[in-house]
Amino acid sequence: MTENRTPSRSTTQSSGLLRRLYRNRSGAAGLALVLAFLLVALAGLLGLTPRAPAEQFMTSRLAAPSADFPLGTDLFGRDIASRLISGAAVSLRVAVTAVAMAGGMGAALGILAGFAGGRVDHLLMRLMDVLFAFPALLLALVVVTVLGPGPSNSALAIAIVYLPIFARVARGPVLSVKELDFVLAARCLGLRPQAVLLRHVLPNITAPLIVQVSLALSWALLTEAALSYLGLGTQPPAASWGVMLSESRPLAERAPWMMVFPGLAIMAGVLGFNLLGDGLRDVLDPRLRGRHASA
Amino acid sequence: MPRYLARRLLALLPTLLGVSILVFAAMRLIPGDIISATLGTEAGMLTENQRAALERYYGLDKPPVEQYFVWFGEALRGNLGHSVRHGQPVLQLILGRFPLTLELAALSMLLALLTGLPLGLLAALRHNTWLDFAGRLFALLGLAIPNFLLGTLIIFVLSVVFRVLPNAGDYVHLHEDPLRNLQQLFFPALTLGFAFGGSIMRMTRSSLLEVLREDYIRTARSKGLTERRVILRHSLRNALIPVLTLAGIEFGYLLGGAFIVEQIFALPGLGRLTINAIGQREYALVQGVALFVALVFLLLNLAIDLLYALIDPRIALTNHD
Repeated sequence: MTENRTPSRSTTQSSGLLRRLYRNRSGAAGLALVLAFLLVALAGLLGLTPRAPAEQFMTSRLAAPSADFPLGTDLFGRDIASRLISGAAVSLRVAVTAVAMAGGMGAALGILAGFAGGRVDHLLMRLMDVLFAFPALLLALVVVTVLGPGPSNSALAIAIVYLPIFARVARGPVLSVKELDFVLAARCLGLRPQAVLLRHVLPNITAPLIVQVSLALSWALLTEAALSYLGLGTQPPAASWGVMLSESRPLAERAPWMMVFPGLAIMAGVLGFNLLGDGLRDVLDPRLRGRHASA
Repeated sequence: MPRYLARRLLALLPTLLGVSILVFAAMRLIPGDIISATLGTEAGMLTENQRAALERYYGLDKPPVEQYFVWFGEALRGNLGHSVRHGQPVLQLILGRFPLTLELAALSMLLALLTGLPLGLLAALRHNTWLDFAGRLFALLGLAIPNFLLGTLIIFVLSVVFRVLPNAGDYVHLHEDPLRNLQQLFFPALTLGFAFGGSIMRMTRSSLLEVLREDYIRTARSKGLTERRVILRHSLRNALIPVLTLAGIEFGYLLGGAFIVEQIFALPGLGRLTINAIGQREYALVQGVALFVALVFLLLNLAIDLLYALIDPRIALTNHD
């Protein structure tokens, strides 16, 4: 963990990581769910849906699941299976954009704060405290109020909420790693701070960041759905799991399939990233390795 | 302890200042300006004089820094602006809705603790048995079911199977009819509490497992103490510290307004007020709620930290953050 890594070692490490993840029950289940979700979302991104997600079959409105419409249709006779697939793409795009922004910016700020220390650290962390002072969904709602509804603005809102979490996750290990003997030695040898950071500090903070990315994706999926459910995220007629659930509400009694399938899809996605995050934490944290598989 | 309290209160001030600047700036960042945003297309019909009068009313004719100080000064005196649609001062509206949100939060937390704590405890003590497995399954479900789905499902089951509606927009206050009030709040609280119960279960379980591996537990056992005493006196107290943090943070989230659940169950709390304010472009109200909730959230976090220091005296002595 504390040594400099050569490329060949990191390759064996990553294949070892996959193997260990595969053996970890929650990790394996999470990985399977996430892969399934990614596959469906990819189909949605490429437009590979059985029917056009917005196409209306007016003679088959609110049709129960059948051979023609495997997951049934909604009030406008749109195919729920196709809308679910295209909704997966929307959710994935928002979640990945949000987590990439939050992770990139947050990790950069956290590393900067931890590495620079002193006033810079103090100032940056106080700024993060300000963002922490709001309950997550309220902050997302305020951002969407200011920027207006829509998928890109939801992504930005989710990113702002998650930014301080990534900053803290990155800062902690930097603080402890930078005091370790091998980093001090590298500095004494005259290595430039950037080189010390890249070669010695970064490899040591990737593990907690990877875990956080997985958990953040799960939260991002959930929040995108919540914002869309409230009418502030993805706007109809575009398909999104939150929009679909919100449309199903008044019709839950007549067409329960409108609620069941998007509901199951959200649950599977959220559960997948959560389990994967837990599994990764078990596998990547040497203290936990082999001790207990967390739920 | 008093020094610790003073230090923590002092540390709160810069955060509060930052929060106020952020909330103020957020509303200034709305594309266009607040007049066009509030009036929508009707803003185009304003005469120059009317627009100037409105600008004076909102203080837009002054430089932004001055506007901020005027706004913050007023906020400190309890004036968070006026809601045009409700015809009431913002603070009065917030304080009117807050008791319901507080009650809902307390009830949800109670349900979460009543399920999460015993399940977590059992799962840790019966580690890797079917009880542990069942508890973890419960926790996972709680984590994965979005509360808007659970709420909708609960309403669906109640109305279709049992033919009852938990609340049809006729909310009754606690002091008017406590029993009916509790009936109306039970299912929303269950919806919210389920997810939190799951996370409290996970935290209790992992934290207790961690503590049970400590050397002092081995010492306690080798002294010949009964298992009951080892768990109750030596393990639980330490294991509950992270659970307390989690419960505190989640309680804070709940106090911010259970936006979706209040919406689904038609409960007139802070969350519903906020969602409606966003929909109706009532910016002063959104601003007021954000400031109020952030303050409550910060004070709650402070209270939790103080509670820690009481449970674990080492914290007050060593924490210089």
